Amino acid sequence: MRDFSYDRADNVGAAIKSHVSGADSAYIAGGTTLLDLAKLEVMRPGHIVDVRRTGLDRIERLDDGRLCIGTNVTNTDLAYHEDVTTHHKLLSEALLSGASTSIRNKATTGGNVMQRCRCSYFRDNVSPCNKRDPGSGCAAIDGHSRSVYAVLGTSKQCIVAHPSDMCVAMAAIGATVSVAGPNGKRDIDFGDFHLLPGDTPWREHALASDEMITHVTLDAPIDGAKSHYLKLRDRASYQFALASSGVIVATEGGVIRHARIALGGVGTKPWRAERAERYLVGKPATADNFGHAANMALAEARPTEDNAFKIPLGRQAIVRSLTTVTA
Amino acid sequence: MSTDIIGAAKPRIDGTAKLSGSAPYAADHYPANLAYAYGVFSTIAAGEITSIDVSRAKKMPGVIEIFHHDNFPNLHRTPSSFVQQNKVDETRLPFEDNHVYYGGQFVALVVADTFENARDAAYHVDVAYRAKKPVTSLAQALAQGEPKPADNKKHERGDPDTAYSGAAHKIEATYTTPIETHNPMEMHATTAHWHDGHLTFYEASQGVVFAKHTMAAIFGINPARIDARAPYIGSGFGSKLWIWPHAVACAAAARELDRPVQLVVPRQQMFTTTGHRAATQQKIRLATDDDGKLVSISHDSINTTSFVNRYVESCGSCTKSLYGCDNVRITESTVQVNHGTPTSMRAPGAAQGLFALESAIDEMAEQIGMDPLEFRRRNYTDRDGSKDLPFSSVHLLEAYDKAADKFRWSKRNPKIGSMMRGPEILGWGMAACNWEAMKRDCDARVSLRADGTAFASCATQDIGTGTYTIVAQTVASLTGLPLERIEVELGNSSYPKGPLSGGSWATATALPAIHNATAKAIDALKQHAVEEDGVLAGRDAGQLEFVNGKLHGNGRSFSFADVLKARKIGEAFGEAHTNAASGDEYSFRSFGAHFVEIGWDPGISRLRVHRVVSAIDVGQIVNAKTAANQVEGAIDMGIGMALFEQTEYDHRTGMPINNNYAEYLVPTHLDQPESVDVILLDHPDTKFNELGVRGIGEIGITGMAAAVANAVYHATGKRVRDLPIRIEDLIQT
Repeated sequence: MRDFSYDRADNVGAAIKSHVSGADSAYIAGGTTLLDLAKLEVMRPGHIVDVRRTGLDRIERLDDGRLCIGTNVTNTDLAYHEDVTTHHKLLSEALLSGASTSIRNKATTGGNVMQRCRCSYFRDNVSPCNKRDPGSGCAAIDGHSRSVYAVLGTSKQCIVAHPSDMCVAMAAIGATVSVAGPNGKRDIDFGDFHLLPGDTPWREHALASDEMITHVTLDAPIDGAKSHYLKLRDRASYQFALASSGVIVATEGGVIRHARIALGGVGTKPWRAERAERYLVGKPATADNFGHAANMALAEARPTEDNAFKIPLGRQAIVRSLTTVTA
Repeated sequence: MSTDIIGAAKPRIDGTAKLSGSAPYAADHYPANLAYAYGVFSTIAAGEITSIDVSRAKKMPGVIEIFHHDNFPNLHRTPSSFVQQNKVDETRLPFEDNHVYYGGQFVALVVADTFENARDAAYHVDVAYRAKKPVTSLAQALAQGEPKPADNKKHERGDPDTAYSGAAHKIEATYTTPIETHNPMEMHATTAHWHDGHLTFYEASQGVVFAKHTMAAIFGINPARIDARAPYIGSGFGSKLWIWPHAVACAAAARELDRPVQLVVPRQQMFTTTGHRAATQQKIRLATDDDGKLVSISHDSINTTSFVNRYVESCGSCTKSLYGCDNVRITESTVQVNHGTPTSMRAPGAAQGLFALESAIDEMAEQIGMDPLEFRRRNYTDRDGSKDLPFSSVHLLEAYDKAADKFRWSKRNPKIGSMMRGPEILGWGMAACNWEAMKRDCDARVSLRADGTAFASCATQDIGTGTYTIVAQTVASLTGLPLERIEVELGNSSYPKGPLSGGSWATATALPAIHNATAKAIDALKQHAVEEDGVLAGRDAGQLEFVNGKLHGNGRSFSFADVLKARKIGEAFGEAHTNAASGDEYSFRSFGAHFVEIGWDPGISRLRVHRVVSAIDVGQIVNAKTAANQVEGAIDMGIGMALFEQTEYDHRTGMPINNNYAEYLVPTHLDQPESVDVILLDHPDTKFNELGVRGIGEIGITGMAAAVANAVYHATGKRVRDLPIRIEDLIQT
């Protein structure tokens, strides 16, 4: 692990200023990604700005029903917050299905949004990897590509899945990411925050240089909707999703009024299945309609030999989670 | 002998030290002036090093020295003899030459003033390679050439080919098991310290006597100058039976630099340079007559080994004798791949071998339309057909009966997919388990001390299994002392020679020696009592009785402390030697059966183990708590073997892919079955040794993967012959 300078900022302005002043700066909160990768020298921060003392650790329900989450709110605190368990059950379920208790106690909201991928070739610091070493290629495409690789949104430069469960729930709920930087504050729609790999897989998010996340604000809950997050994996705990589905559905007399479907483990970013959602609205909540929606959600999937099973598994996650919330 | 302490469910006497974090493991020792070593590991799996440039690393803060094949001291390979107690599985020394045989091989060693500085500098050693195309899998190796037979492992009796071809019913199937990595919690580690030509080293070791003699052979010095210590081990599962290159590298660096050096193997290299369970491909042929009696068994296995050393998995070790059959053939052979050298992993050979055999037995039972339990009962034997000897003690039928009864096997509907619960299809499967019982030579020393405590020492180890506690229980059984007045020291090679903690033989080996040494200590105490200045001077020692820590004679009683104080003596001690078991009259084996219920939810392709009942026949149980704990842990590991464990390699480079705790899957707490019932039959095997104990570490994992696979078949109709059983094997598309 290389030497780095360390600064603990008391407020957002000071954090940004410190970040600007350093070379190869990185913000740190829970450190569950950064420290891991820095020890492997996959990330090589020269200057670390600790943002945990900047406040931003509150969850506030706004008058319009939206929920404003400070970047430093831990995954544990968010998962058990009453507004979340009451109005955004899938977010609580998603958080609690991720990592382990000790990691969730450290991991923060902003940090989770920013977490890096679990690709073995990214982490080995040797193999070609466009994320780590732009232009070097992607060792995963013809290599070992089972568990943590995507079937949706992949490119010829990168196929790794986005690892977060929390972000899948946020994609389904709808959210705004508030960021601050040297040029002031701005809001980014959650759906635009994470970038598809395309030809530039090293560009993972919409943050500009020196910007940091200050809040994530969830859209107001849909009246009368039920939600559920279903995560499928080999073992029952402590594994990234092979396929997961976060759904929000409101029905009226057996007919679907609102539908949100987001997928994890199968997409290169937290994946909204908007065509499938539109298909469902106005239709009866039947197994056939769920199956058709699931097919639509995975229609564009491009698997490798190793992860082809994620297509049927992703469909199963969608069908079961929709069945659960409409039962 | 006090019977209430033997078999009692006593908590571990080392439990507080471990729970409180005060138990020192190999890397918890910090001799003065300690330096830290960190390895540079090959990033190719085959080829050679063309250059090592240390110029950048040498300038890094705190760097003391960087070793590699150009400047590493000349050492000797160990003869690697089990009898000489200097065995290893990888005889090649670190930095012997510029050849690379596997990914993650030590290619350089940085020593620095701190762990962080050593690691940082190690990242800055520039190694250039000339890479060769590696052999990365068993299948690839087989495609390139014939496997090499291991002749001494072959067994043949009768005429299995003729019996097979003429039989009424027959099956032939091929099963594979992947490479698995032991993944003990505690990393392999060495803290080495030379002083006046003597080496003291703390090692994460399952065998301090072997570690000492191996190091002596490698450094070419008298074993008396070496002291190997492993008072606490964070488990090993076989990976710590012998020392690996890191220990040699660390000790050599400490000698060259004339200061203590500590080396901890990083988690990633626990997948490369400290052994693993070999991959296997096993062909089984079974045939029966019309009554369902086995008339032919053949089991041909191939396992992967390295290009450095040959390691043979004894996949047919149980197949030879588990069932009665006159026509049996076992062959074992190997192919070379560019991985590190395999080594024993919990129930080596048997774990993989019984997956194949016990799956095949179910396939055979199905073909003849017989209940799989009834088929096994029908082929039960009380003789070891491979040795033509009776088993010393076998209660396999009782194990079947008790476990089946508790599991309610009679309620099983044999029709595939017929047992439903909610969205799940339940599958019920079973399998037999089996493991050889072994007992080695052993020395031990026990003393009764003037402070009123007893002290037992033996150069065996407690690898987390409860050996400290059962040694204390054995001393207590003769002395009547409470466990808190019995001190036990293990894991020090200068103590009387004790066994490796492996092969499930530590209990059967060490306890008789401890028992005899305790008896001798009591005799010595009686002798002290009747000496001229003794408390019972002039009496006949043979007439004295020692009960509950007190000596009784002539109507009086004395604490043993008083007996010793009267003579101003510190201790009355006994030293004992017990011999290895003789296999001339009996075959010594342990037996058991697993019954498993799985739930398969086809709508979301979710497979979970709900319920396990296991009955285990391992002789006298010494501690009901630690014994059940061993079986429960092994059941869990068997679930991992069935459903999760597999070290995955890139098929182009041969480098491991899932070399960490996040991606190498073992069962988590949430994967535990809702209920696990372990039935310990507890029939002393006194033909094996006078205490009737056999050992319990390995047997619980044997057969477990087959029981799960058989249950999966019952639920899904899919016979998965390649482990692990994964979603893609079962998903309905």
